[in-house]
Amino acid sequence: MNILGSLFNSSIGKKILMALTGLVLVGFVTGHLLGNLQIFLPPQKINAYGHMLESLGIGLWLVRFFLLACVVVHVWVAIQLTRENSAARPMNYGVNHTNRASLASRVMARTGLVVLAFLIYHLLDFTFRVQHPEWSRHSFALADGTLVRDVHTMMVQGFSRPGVAFFYILAVGLLSYHLAHGVVSLVQTLGFKNERWTRGLECFARVYCWGYFLLNAAIPLAILGGWVKAHV
Amino acid sequence: MVASTPAKKLFSVTLRVWRQASPAQLGKFVDYPAHNVSPDMSFLELLDVVNDGLTVSNDEPIAFAHDCREGICGTCSCTINGKPHGPGKGVATCQVYMRSFQAGDVIVVEPFRATAFPIIKDLVVERSAFDKIQQAGGFISARTGAAPDANSILVSKAVADLAMDAAACIGCGACVAACKNASAMLFVAAKVSHLGLMPQGQPERDRRVLAMVQTMDEAGFGNCTNQYECSAVCPKTITHDFIARLNRDYVGALFRSKLQPVSASAGGGA
Amino acid sequence: MAKLDSKIPSGPLADKWQQHKTQIKLVNPANKRKYEIIVVGAGLAGSSAAATLAELGYRVKSFVFQDSPRRAHSIAAQGGINGTKNYQNDGDSVHRLFYDTLKGGDYRAREANVHRLAEVSANIIDQCAAQGVPFAREYSGHLANRSFGGAQVSRTFYARGQTGQQLLLGAYSALSRMVGQGAVELHPNSEMLDLVIVDGHAKGVIVRDLKTGAITRHSADAVILATGGYGNVFNLSTYARQSNTTAIWRAYKRGACMANPCYTQIHPTCIPVSGDYQSKLTLMSESLRNDGRIWVPKNKADIKKEPSAIAEADRDYYLERIYPSFGNLAPRDVASRAAMRMCDEGRGVGETGLGVYLDFADAIKRLGEPAVRERYGNLFDIYHEITAENAYQAPMRIFPAVHYTMGGLWVDYNLMSNVPGLFVLGEANFSDHGANRLGASALMQGLADGYFVIPYTIGDYLAQQKPSAQSNIDRPEFKQAAESVSAQTKQLLNNPGKEPVSHFHKRLGKIMWEHCGMARTKQGLESALQKIPALREEFVANVKVPGSAETLNQSLEKAGRVADFIDLGELMCRDALTREESCGGHFREEYQYPDGECKRDDEKFGHVAAWEYQGPGQTPLRNIEPLNYEFTKMSVRSYK
Ligand SMILES: Cc1cc2nc3c(=O)[nH]c(=O)nc-3n(C[C@H](O)[C@H](O)[C@H](O)COP(=O)(O)OP(=O)(O)OC[C@H]3O[C@@H](n4cnc5c(N)ncnc54)[C@H](O)[C@@H]3O)c2cc1C
Ligand code: SF4
Ligand code: FES
Repeated sequence: MNILGSLFNSSIGKKILMALTGLVLVGFVTGHLLGNLQIFLPPQKINAYGHMLESLGIGLWLVRFFLLACVVVHVWVAIQLTRENSAARPMNYGVNHTNRASLASRVMARTGLVVLAFLIYHLLDFTFRVQHPEWSRHSFALADGTLVRDVHTMMVQGFSRPGVAFFYILAVGLLSYHLAHGVVSLVQTLGFKNERWTRGLECFARVYCWGYFLLNAAIPLAILGGWVKAHV
Repeated sequence: MVASTPAKKLFSVTLRVWRQASPAQLGKFVDYPAHNVSPDMSFLELLDVVNDGLTVSNDEPIAFAHDCREGICGTCSCTINGKPHGPGKGVATCQVYMRSFQAGDVIVVEPFRATAFPIIKDLVVERSAFDKIQQAGGFISARTGAAPDANSILVSKAVADLAMDAAACIGCGACVAACKNASAMLFVAAKVSHLGLMPQGQPERDRRVLAMVQTMDEAGFGNCTNQYECSAVCPKTITHDFIARLNRDYVGALFRSKLQPVSASAGGGA
Repeated sequence: MAKLDSKIPSGPLADKWQQHKTQIKLVNPANKRKYEIIVVGAGLAGSSAAATLAELGYRVKSFVFQDSPRRAHSIAAQGGINGTKNYQNDGDSVHRLFYDTLKGGDYRAREANVHRLAEVSANIIDQCAAQGVPFAREYSGHLANRSFGGAQVSRTFYARGQTGQQLLLGAYSALSRMVGQGAVELHPNSEMLDLVIVDGHAKGVIVRDLKTGAITRHSADAVILATGGYGNVFNLSTYARQSNTTAIWRAYKRGACMANPCYTQIHPTCIPVSGDYQSKLTLMSESLRNDGRIWVPKNKADIKKEPSAIAEADRDYYLERIYPSFGNLAPRDVASRAAMRMCDEGRGVGETGLGVYLDFADAIKRLGEPAVRERYGNLFDIYHEITAENAYQAPMRIFPAVHYTMGGLWVDYNLMSNVPGLFVLGEANFSDHGANRLGASALMQGLADGYFVIPYTIGDYLAQQKPSAQSNIDRPEFKQAAESVSAQTKQLLNNPGKEPVSHFHKRLGKIMWEHCGMARTKQGLESALQKIPALREEFVANVKVPGSAETLNQSLEKAGRVADFIDLGELMCRDALTREESCGGHFREEYQYPDGECKRDDEKFGHVAAWEYQGPGQTPLRNIEPLNYEFTKMSVRSYK
């Protein structure tokens, strides 16, 4: 069997795939957050940033394709692992007892599912703009006069819908919770964790996840609360 | 002035025990009251006493696995109140004493549960999957008689101590029983780490880890999800750091084994 | 009358083994494949033998009653294993280990066997290190040693307090490797219940599958028993609960001689019995006696008092009093017997009155608690786990317990019993420890037998045999043996009795402990020889074995084993009665020096007693193998 085959077929291989794709996705959501935080700056910043990304052309599609592949592998492996794991322990104990597995670690599949559902909605909404095709129109003039898409308005309008904002906050909350286990776990799976610095790692993960959640939640809250307003 | 030592207070508990006549039959919980329990009795001694009572009253005694009764052979294997090996840290079932329980307690006793450990009868499970994993690679090939002087290969104290930490595994399977996924990673990690740490174990290091993991997978154990229930119940408190080590060893071995040039004698010549 | 030819090679002691190896017959490599060997037991002796024989090319079948070979009782050994490496440069040598072992055995072992054991001991350490056994190391990376009783040099190798475990896992890994290669056929959960003899040679075994109850026949060209010791005849001992005598006992009933069955080792420092439910006695390392002081109250009236409430003047530090020069470090047997005497006088402590104090108060005062914790912390922890008592604050309670059996099936220098083709290794044979075994020597013997002796000596027998395993299986001897096993099973299950097996085991244990334990007397042994047959009758009439023969049935397993223990117990008492001397672990009160030391009678008893079965109800025959000491003088054992 070749390396890829071994990775996809062995238990540890699958875990490694999970960890590696997880690592890529953590990187992506972190970058995504940093980009989004530009909503708190004057509108031309985020719009210029959006334009910059779109002008990558084929590069953007390659990145998108790679991320999508990561999501697919991550989800596919998760399904495999879950199935195998429940087959390995078909019968539960009469007394349900947990020694130290965190709640976050025990609900990974469920948090992951909600996040996946949100991801699909989010892509349809903001990337493919199926509900609001008008968001696709170029209508913002940068300082040099280039007309670009008005991401700022899209976000403000998007999050002014309280239902969407709520779903968003819930999803990033669950994603943070997913990461609370995921970030530490991937270090273990990749073989770099040990008791000597577990505490430090766990601390970092906690700060990271809270930070990720609060900063993400701040965006729709600021829009709903009227602190970030449409510029037109 | 000083009173004589008061006799130990005896108490009663109820044992709620999993009874299953054979692998194929369905099992169920049955309650057995136990009286005059001394706090100094071991949990298995209580089972002995209950069994003698069952024998006298024409019932079939509860089958349970045990041998050394001092926490080293790894035979005993009860899940007590949902925890493999029962209350306490770093102990096997045979090292649980009745003083860990209170008068009136209902103590739920089950076998280790995992697809790879089918139930043979009552509380006894089949753990030969562990032997299979060992046979696949859990050794250092050292033909009898071919060994060099023991001091010709030095092993630093730190490495020997760490290897001993891993080698302390008694092969009980509690790690599998505690894991929500019935994964055998802690056991395999302990084996792979012990042999992989010793300098004598280097030549076969890659082959060993690949073969043992493959056999582990084939035996129907689940996958590790890094929740560390295993090390929490391990009677030898073997750390899950060895699992990280195993992961690292596995990936290393996978890449090395696939990327190394093939030697001519093995059919790799032009 | 059995022929007991020890086959000790001639020549100078130091050359015997080397010469023997060059002179015995060999099986050529291509032919080895044609021979099948059955190995029963996979403790240190059995695993090492099975693995090595398979490496040589023989086809091996391995049987153990545990669910895995890794669980054999050898796993429980703690202290260490001797090897004459002289790494410490303290003057150790093969001869010194030979001499220590022979003297430790109170001059009741064969010189030639003991010398061979000492010779191969160094190879064992090399072999185990090569297998990756994580022996304790110095910071320099060299192997560490500790010293053990009965020796003046440091030659004991160890792996924390789990030496037996690590050595067994080493042997088990070698065995697993051969199983993986298909060279060994492994049968776990399989209890040997009979030996099959064809034309006077051991040619197979009858086995019960403990999971399914199936009774199967297995034939081979030679049978090796490495089934461990029989200390559980006392019911309570430091042995694993399942250790038993059945394999060697059934072989005995098929004609193999049982040698020196009364030689039993009793260890002075174990955790005492706490109640009638007790199933196991836990060993506490003897090293505790280096810093602990042993005492009991002077007055019987004080025995139930808290120890702290007993004034210094009311304490009897009896070892220091009776043996002023040795004090608390008196030899194992002497210390054990003294404790027993105190309890017999009614001055024993603890709930059962069977215990003495081992007090660390002085050591803690002198060295400070941290130093004591550093030395003995893990032992204090074990003690706490079992008794819930804190030995830093109150003295420990200890009591002697049965620990090892030096007796076993008789074997010659090739480790073959008087039944041709039947080999016996490890604790199951009688050969190397005489009347007393030194610490750290049992592991050494098990591995010596398995790795370095049997691989050579079995060839000498096989070379003279035509491979015949396959053709034998249909012989009537196999059928007859299998039928007798089934019949015994059926009889036990159908017995209309009332009492569980444990009831009889406990009673047998009490008889044995009282009359054939630490101190034996003619009168006591004679009364035991009355009580045991009576117990047997009661067992036959009244034992109740529930369940069926077709599934896992632990009551049935126990019943068969206890039946054999009852028979063995009787033979042990008979052996102890006829050995009218004291030696090593066999202490007859009638034969002692004024200081309580064993008084041997080399003239009359400088021999091995090998008992031969004569049929049910018949008194067995006492054969004798004289111990001819060519090189050593039998002298009075003294450690003063
Ligand atoms: C608590 C304790 C500590 C000890 N510490 C030390 C020490 O520090 N140093 C030292 O040198 N010695 C020590 N000893 C003694 C030593 O451990 C044993 O003498 C030795 O391990 C015996 O090994 P063995 O291979 O002969 O038998 P065992 O290890 O007892 O193995 C017996 C094997 O035979 C099998 N068997 C038995 N009957 C049957 C049957 N009927 N059918 C199928 N299989 C059967 C069993 O399954 C098992 O595999 C200690 C002993 C005890 C009890
Ligand atoms: S790792 Fe621990 S729990 Fe698992 S088999 Fe080994 S000793 Fe038992
Ligand atoms: S019975 Fe041996 S570990 Fe519990």
